[in-house]
Amino acid sequence: MISESMVDLSRWQFAATSLYHFLFVPLTLGLSFLLAIMESTYVMTGKEIYKDMTQFWGKLFGINFALGVMTGLTMEFQFGMNWSYFSHYVGDIFGAPLAIEGLMAFFLEATFVGLFFFGWDKLGKGQHLLVTWLVALGTNLSALWILVANGWMQNPVGAEFNYETMRMELSSFGALLFNPAAQVKFVHTVAAGYTTASAFVLGISAYYMLKGRDAAFAQRSYTIAAGFGLAAILSVIVLGDESGYTDGEVQKAKLAAIEAEWHTEEAPASFTAIGIPDQELMETRYAVKIPWILGLIGTRSIDTPIMGLTEILEKNRLRVRNGIHAYGALQLLRAGQKDEHTIAEFEHYKQDLGYGLLLKRYTEKVVDATDQQIELAAKSSLPRVVPLFWTFRVMVACGFIMLAIFVFAVIASSIRKCRQNWLLRASLYMIPIPWIACEMGWFVAEFGRQPWTIAEILPTFLSVSSLTELDLYLSLAGYISLYTLFLIIEMFLMIKFIKLGPSSLHKGRYHFEIATGASL
Amino acid sequence: MIFDYETMRLIWWALLGALLIGFAITGGFDLGVAILLPFLGKNDTERRVIINSVGATWEGNQVWFVTAGGALFAAWPMAYSVAFSGFYFALLLTLFALFLRPVGFDYRSKLPSPIWRRNWDIALFVGGLVPALIFGVAFGNLLKGVPFHFDNEMRIFYTGSFWALLNPFSLAAGLVSLCMLIMHGAVYLQIKTVGDINQRSKTVVTLFTIITLVIFALAGFWVSAIDGYQISSTVSPNAFSNPLAKTVTNATGLWLANYGRCPVLWIIPALAFVTGITTVLLSKLDRPGLAFISSSLTLATIILTAGVSMFPFLIPSSSEMNSSLTVWDASSSLATLKIMFWVTLIFLPIVLSYTTWAFRVMRGKITLEYIHQNDHTTY
Repeated sequence: MISESMVDLSRWQFAATSLYHFLFVPLTLGLSFLLAIMESTYVMTGKEIYKDMTQFWGKLFGINFALGVMTGLTMEFQFGMNWSYFSHYVGDIFGAPLAIEGLMAFFLEATFVGLFFFGWDKLGKGQHLLVTWLVALGTNLSALWILVANGWMQNPVGAEFNYETMRMELSSFGALLFNPAAQVKFVHTVAAGYTTASAFVLGISAYYMLKGRDAAFAQRSYTIAAGFGLAAILSVIVLGDESGYTDGEVQKAKLAAIEAEWHTEEAPASFTAIGIPDQELMETRYAVKIPWILGLIGTRSIDTPIMGLTEILEKNRLRVRNGIHAYGALQLLRAGQKDEHTIAEFEHYKQDLGYGLLLKRYTEKVVDATDQQIELAAKSSLPRVVPLFWTFRVMVACGFIMLAIFVFAVIASSIRKCRQNWLLRASLYMIPIPWIACEMGWFVAEFGRQPWTIAEILPTFLSVSSLTELDLYLSLAGYISLYTLFLIIEMFLMIKFIKLGPSSLHKGRYHFEIATGASL
Repeated sequence: MIFDYETMRLIWWALLGALLIGFAITGGFDLGVAILLPFLGKNDTERRVIINSVGATWEGNQVWFVTAGGALFAAWPMAYSVAFSGFYFALLLTLFALFLRPVGFDYRSKLPSPIWRRNWDIALFVGGLVPALIFGVAFGNLLKGVPFHFDNEMRIFYTGSFWALLNPFSLAAGLVSLCMLIMHGAVYLQIKTVGDINQRSKTVVTLFTIITLVIFALAGFWVSAIDGYQISSTVSPNAFSNPLAKTVTNATGLWLANYGRCPVLWIIPALAFVTGITTVLLSKLDRPGLAFISSSLTLATIILTAGVSMFPFLIPSSSEMNSSLTVWDASSSLATLKIMFWVTLIFLPIVLSYTTWAFRVMRGKITLEYIHQNDHTTY
């Protein structure tokens, strides 16, 4: 049997490296667009200051981009290194979007990012602008393909299990691409990236304004970030709500866990705004409920009930039992007994094969599982409520705080006297918030899918490679030390260049370059 | 039918080879240049010349590697799973070394401190050396056979150790890849530089081309003395991908069997020698552009030699030979191979055209004056 601690270590490693990767991705996604907007303004108005803006924010983009590239490589390696059974089991489907991401997005992004930095004197204005837009397009296309892959893990459509090869195989590429879970996640994620970059530019510009330096530069950056940020945060919230609706359709357990919906309520279900969920007793203490809201978010109707965890558990007990039949038939098929009866039996039960595999955590002989083991497997099919309940609420709270600040920022950008110090300070302190929201969001998405890597198809604990705990300790230690080192270096450079501001461009017209030091 | 399973598998074997060769030719010179950095750059400005010779294009070049990895995952998921989990620490080491490149290039010249820059130079050197060596070591181990097997549910078990990967034959293969990438990087530097660095690069080209060819020849003789593998049951190239459905045997010298069956294949390793020699000659005649084409062909034919020797094996198993992965039983489904084929057919030419454009935009020599004039914008 696969050792539980090896599985836990593999999960910790994946969580650590992917959350770390996503410290850099959202800024790349959003900043590339902001750069393209700034440069477009430069090309249209001909004002040099917009070129300076593109180049200065581009410098910060570059510092961030390097770590995005570095940590992204880990992601591609890690599926094979640490999740080799996953890679075998679903590589036929999951590998395709990753390969397409390389061909369609990474080449575009990586080729043109070089020209973005080094092509200023070698390209015409229009050509360079095109290059910048292509970088933005490339980064966003890469998000599309990675979310097609991740969307498929959440809602595995367009694939069939093949007992000859002992893996899932692609049956419809269209279904994979137009997977509703993927589409909605893509827009939610890129909008979160735009929000992150806007908050970054907004906060740093506010810092210059508070310090009273490079006013023209800072005000223009602030205005662009405010406008783009407001549009972005509105999209994030609306599409987050859309994501809830998609979850209601395809990931009932995740939705029920986020909402601590222990029992199916009479429609339309109320939304538990806050409370203290208790997984053992399956109840939420001190719950503050808002009537109707959950039913509306999850089903877009007032008469469709949202299934509670108790009812999902009830259904899953049956699915585990069906899964035993599927697994039994599969064993016969693998042993070469491919008669009509066995095939028919397997076909009949195969949609529950994944639930049968859940038993492998408790017994080697799935077909002889006891009632107690079946109960354990069924219970393991539900995600843990408490972490999801809270991370989700932190994410949503972050979203609304940002919405408020962006609204004020937009007002302040258009009406000068509204630009007060408290708002500038709020803009500055807001910088970490989008990152918190992004990390929480990914936690909800991935932890909410547990105990599966591929929802209802492949359990997480089966997905790992046949490695030892020592292997994992060593690699985890390596990742943590290198990533910590690089994060310190990155933050050091980032803060240094932020403090220098546009003076770092050596154009001779910014704060630290002007002798009096009192530029405006 | 043209696009039957057998044909698609062959096409994907070729496409994977093409992506790997694409990486060797583009990303390969970046690795070589990074290895040469501490030796050919005698002062900070010279080192910046060397770094900036690849500064604008290395990122795009590395995508060949990323895409080859993605294509391996998509088209040969079993090979991807076996290789990446089996060669765990070798890949971890490669990965950690590759970490040093994006930060090394981007951060090095952001601060003037000589200690800061010196450390990043070392980082870039390691980031070039380790992958260049390990890629070859990995190929050497593929030729030797990898100790892995599947259980009946296709779970992979690797039974070797990291240290076993560093056997003499595989280290020789590692040296071939290291030296050929140094040769290639030196040719590239000869194109992009003038004066001292240009002259030093020329010496390196000659020296490392000769070393590459000598070790390549030795490895060739060595291959005839190690065990090769062959499928001993009937081959069904259109069947489902089930590696356990065949039987495999091994015997000394079997890796040369393909050349025996089809002697015209000898052209491939022969071309490696011919193009290696023309690389040296063209470099000496100060025709680095042509020398680059020639050294690209050397890399391509060396990689092809390994691929052709092993065909149809992708990863032979030395511990349970029947678990070996071959072109006929380790691929994705026909549907996936077809879709990925069309995607590649459409996007690879697009990639090639804008990559060419990017190189055209960035063409021209990197000089000491250029670095001084663009002190704050170059790497």
